Amino acid sequence: MSGTARPASGRAGMKKELPEHFRAYRHVWVFVEVEHGAVHPVSLELLGEGRKLADKLGAELAGVVLGGEERGLRDAVTAAWEHGADLVYLGTDPVLDQYRNEPYTRAMTQLVNTYKPEILLLGATVLGRDLAGAIATTLLTGLTADCTELAIDDERSLAATRPTFGGSLLCTIHTLNFRPQMATVRPRVMAMPRPEPGRVGRLVPFRPELREEDIVTKVLRYLPDRDSDKAQLAYADVVVAGGMGLRSAENLQLVRNLAAVLRGEWGGSRPLVQKGWMTADRQIGQTGKTIRPRLYIAAGISGAIQHRVGVEGADLILAINTDPKAPIFDFAHLGVVADAVELLPALTEAFGRRLAVNRLAG
Amino acid sequence: MEQERFDAIVVGAGPSGNAAAYTMAREGLNVLQLERGEYPGSKNVQGAILYADALERIIPDFRDDAPLERHVVEQRVWMMDDASHTGMHYRSDGFNEERPNRYTIIRAQFDRWFSRKVREAGATVLCETTVTELLRDGRGKVIGVLTDRHGGPLLADVVVLAEGVNGLVGQRAGLRPELRPHDVALAVKEMHFLPQEVIESRFNLAGDEGVVIEAMGTITRGMTGTAFLYTNRESISVGIGCMVGDFAERKVSPYALLDAFKSHPSIRPLLADSEVREYAAHLIPEGGYKAIPQLTGDGWLAVGDAGHFVNAVHREGSNLAMTSGRVAGETVAWLKRRREPCTAAGLAEYRRRLEASFVMKDMRKYRGIPALLHRNRHLLDLYPRLASQAAQTWLRVDGVDKRTKENQILGSLRRARGLRGLMGDAFRLARAWR
Amino acid sequence: MHIVVCIKQVPDSAQIRVHPVTNTIMRQGVPTIINPYDLFALEEALRLRDQLGGEVTVLTMGPPMAEDSLRKALTFGADRAVLLTDRFFAGSDTLATSFALAQAIRRIGETWGEPRIVFTGKQTIDGDTAQVGPGIARRLGLSQLTYVAAIDEVDPAAGTMTLRRRAEGGVQELTTRLPVLITMLEGTNEMRRGKVADALRAARAEIVTWSAAKAGITDVAMCGLRGSPTVVKRVFAPAARAERAVLVETQDRSPGEIAEALIAGIGTRLPALHDDLLRAAAGY
Repeated sequence: MSGTARPASGRAGMKKELPEHFRAYRHVWVFVEVEHGAVHPVSLELLGEGRKLADKLGAELAGVVLGGEERGLRDAVTAAWEHGADLVYLGTDPVLDQYRNEPYTRAMTQLVNTYKPEILLLGATVLGRDLAGAIATTLLTGLTADCTELAIDDERSLAATRPTFGGSLLCTIHTLNFRPQMATVRPRVMAMPRPEPGRVGRLVPFRPELREEDIVTKVLRYLPDRDSDKAQLAYADVVVAGGMGLRSAENLQLVRNLAAVLRGEWGGSRPLVQKGWMTADRQIGQTGKTIRPRLYIAAGISGAIQHRVGVEGADLILAINTDPKAPIFDFAHLGVVADAVELLPALTEAFGRRLAVNRLAG
Repeated sequence: MEQERFDAIVVGAGPSGNAAAYTMAREGLNVLQLERGEYPGSKNVQGAILYADALERIIPDFRDDAPLERHVVEQRVWMMDDASHTGMHYRSDGFNEERPNRYTIIRAQFDRWFSRKVREAGATVLCETTVTELLRDGRGKVIGVLTDRHGGPLLADVVVLAEGVNGLVGQRAGLRPELRPHDVALAVKEMHFLPQEVIESRFNLAGDEGVVIEAMGTITRGMTGTAFLYTNRESISVGIGCMVGDFAERKVSPYALLDAFKSHPSIRPLLADSEVREYAAHLIPEGGYKAIPQLTGDGWLAVGDAGHFVNAVHREGSNLAMTSGRVAGETVAWLKRRREPCTAAGLAEYRRRLEASFVMKDMRKYRGIPALLHRNRHLLDLYPRLASQAAQTWLRVDGVDKRTKENQILGSLRRARGLRGLMGDAFRLARAWR
Repeated sequence: MHIVVCIKQVPDSAQIRVHPVTNTIMRQGVPTIINPYDLFALEEALRLRDQLGGEVTVLTMGPPMAEDSLRKALTFGADRAVLLTDRFFAGSDTLATSFALAQAIRRIGETWGEPRIVFTGKQTIDGDTAQVGPGIARRLGLSQLTYVAAIDEVDPAAGTMTLRRRAEGGVQELTTRLPVLITMLEGTNEMRRGKVADALRAARAEIVTWSAAKAGITDVAMCGLRGSPTVVKRVFAPAARAERAVLVETQDRSPGEIAEALIAGIGTRLPALHDDLLRAAAGY
């Protein structure tokens, strides 16, 4: 299972013999997630990754955009081209106006059966996970969730690497004899590719066979989250996070203070959620949010592997921990062996002082 | 639904409670066992020693499927001073017998296995169920328990208290006195994980062979206590314990003591490169014979640690626990067969049977030891130092003749304790041991 | 109304160890628990049963030891427990797992009445894939509703349900028709404590144990390793980064001085970031 990994015995070493009817499956697809007009950044990150896979295979990269009507989806098509797609399949039908599992699953499976991609990538978002499982089961193919690395092996097979055993180990999973090979990737795990403004590709419009009468689930209302409810952790430039080294829930305020001065976001490690010091949407790590800030400050976090996989994409990791042997110092760039509770106020003050000087100078 | 009435309710699912529940269930009694932990053994992460004989008398073929770690083929007893240990090793291939006498076990796994046996024997086992109160009738006879679950009392002819050393049910009901700091030891333990091959090469073991190290001396900083190290299959249990009263008096942190023990030059290499994953602190009733509380009453009896059955000198506990549980179970079953009620008079048979067994005989034999060690702090401090000095003097080849070395050794003994002191210590120890 | 809840017994992930030298999993003494996310599904099922009447059947696929988790589910108040266990299931990936569970749910329906709702947790803590629930829905042709935050109304007679589910960036309020598969979001309710009577019943209950054949699974090629399109080729530990963190000197320095040294350290490593930080901090 993509879940409980075990090194496969005989079968893993088996030479792949792709059944005849799968040989026609070609090209790499990325499902481009559009939420209320806006493209989810994870789809663009996946286009960047999909581009590399397609180049390695000598295949084309396609974006798949679904929605109610073409007009609202043009930006998404353009974004897909500018982020590397050679072509975009644009599936439209009023039934697809708001996301629902059933019509989206039907549209996607019809598309796959018609145009036969060899790889299909989706973001491991709420929507992506809802959709991916349904597509994979309908097509009876393999799906590897929450990948951290995608590559093509010598046999043109997708090697999807994901954490396993609660993030303590990694495993590489292949879908040898079925197509498409499906994988989901969480937001911020892959780097955002640099867009090429003005880059255009082909557009393949598609009319899925759908009838509203066949769909039993109806959307009554959509209540968007208020911005203030959302932790913008995944896309913040600066993140300050605390761990058990803070010693008390009250000291989490020191983390918030520093984040406020730096106009960044704050979060914490898994034990803090388990202790009830903060809510799960602020948890950073394999089972929480993956972040890719320019600066990540880890205060009193030991740096277990499940935390490490969530923060490794940061440009600069600064670790504060009293234990010089803490694993966080193995992957931080800059560290200080000190008590975070003492050092955080000093850091906040020092940054604050610079700010004052800067204001005068400005 | 009509209120079900059990023949017996057992409070607690450790070795003593399991032994009692199993014995009674095998005798056909309707037994309910209540355990507050998530599963039997969940409150118990550490390794321990299992004495086969006591379990064999309950489950003769336990070796077929019990989760045993290693059978003990080597015992080391170490007198430690700050930089050295003077020791006795006994290793024998004779311990590689078909039915070995002692095993290391991991309690969390072992207790779970034992509990499965209890269920297979026909007892009803409820976990995550805490007994909050004993129910009594108008004349004070215990007739059942209340728990922290909704839905009424649970009734039984007899309640077996197997709730451990600091069991609150008996205390709250006034059946047992509160613990006194000098009757109970606090042990802190850790599990150090290492690959099986590393453990086997480090301790010179093959297959399922295991080693036990018991240590005393300056590591307890003059307090009454011992340290230990057991080899499991893929881990090493290491711990140290001292009397709670001593910890309080000396203001020493148990974890600091354990850290010092682990970094002792004789211990550190044995634990090198291991990963510590589990910590536990555990109270052990080490007050000896004189601390044994009332064991039976009208409708109730106490077994295991709740009855203070621990032989601290020989570091035996689980065997006394299981034996007391078995004897309690046999007594209740015996009363049932004779159609006698579980009154105070009837249950007094339990105490009589214990007195006739090794349990009470051993407890009585060492009744003087706890007080002796408490009053003679130097026994665990001075002698290890002297032994180490003597060994150093004797082994170091430095041009001094052997006769002079002998004299130096005897001299240092006499200087440290005086001839009278030495003889006194020997006499006192011998008397306590008798 | 008959409700089926799928649960999984998982190792308590917080206690899984990897040996630092050999990179092997050290299984010794790792306790197993009911996947915590499944408890929200189970509690929701119990709540609906209490409200609407009917029965809750708990189903798991796993080794014989998984009986512990089923018994625990009974302690919470479930009416019946089914253990699907067979060597054919070993090595199942999410597709093969959903195939086996779907078959078992069919058999449960034939035996004790068609379930109108099938619940799962939103994901497991050992696999984290969140794919088995959708897989079951697809196999059984149930309406799939993942990440459900609240079930507001169920009308068994009319066969309708109104609910709210977490969607990207907001909450969808939906109506749908039974039968449905629901994966329940965490934090939506709190698991009850079973009564004495539930605990006694659970302790004595017979766990229904089905092999593949007993569950009506004739095509074992769809199960286990053979029925799994994915293959694990390699399990390995993440590579260590080449160099460790550069440590800032703390000897004889006040916290203020250490803070200044750290800011200087950021400045030398990423000058642009340093400038941007100050600009951002100044509110530009």
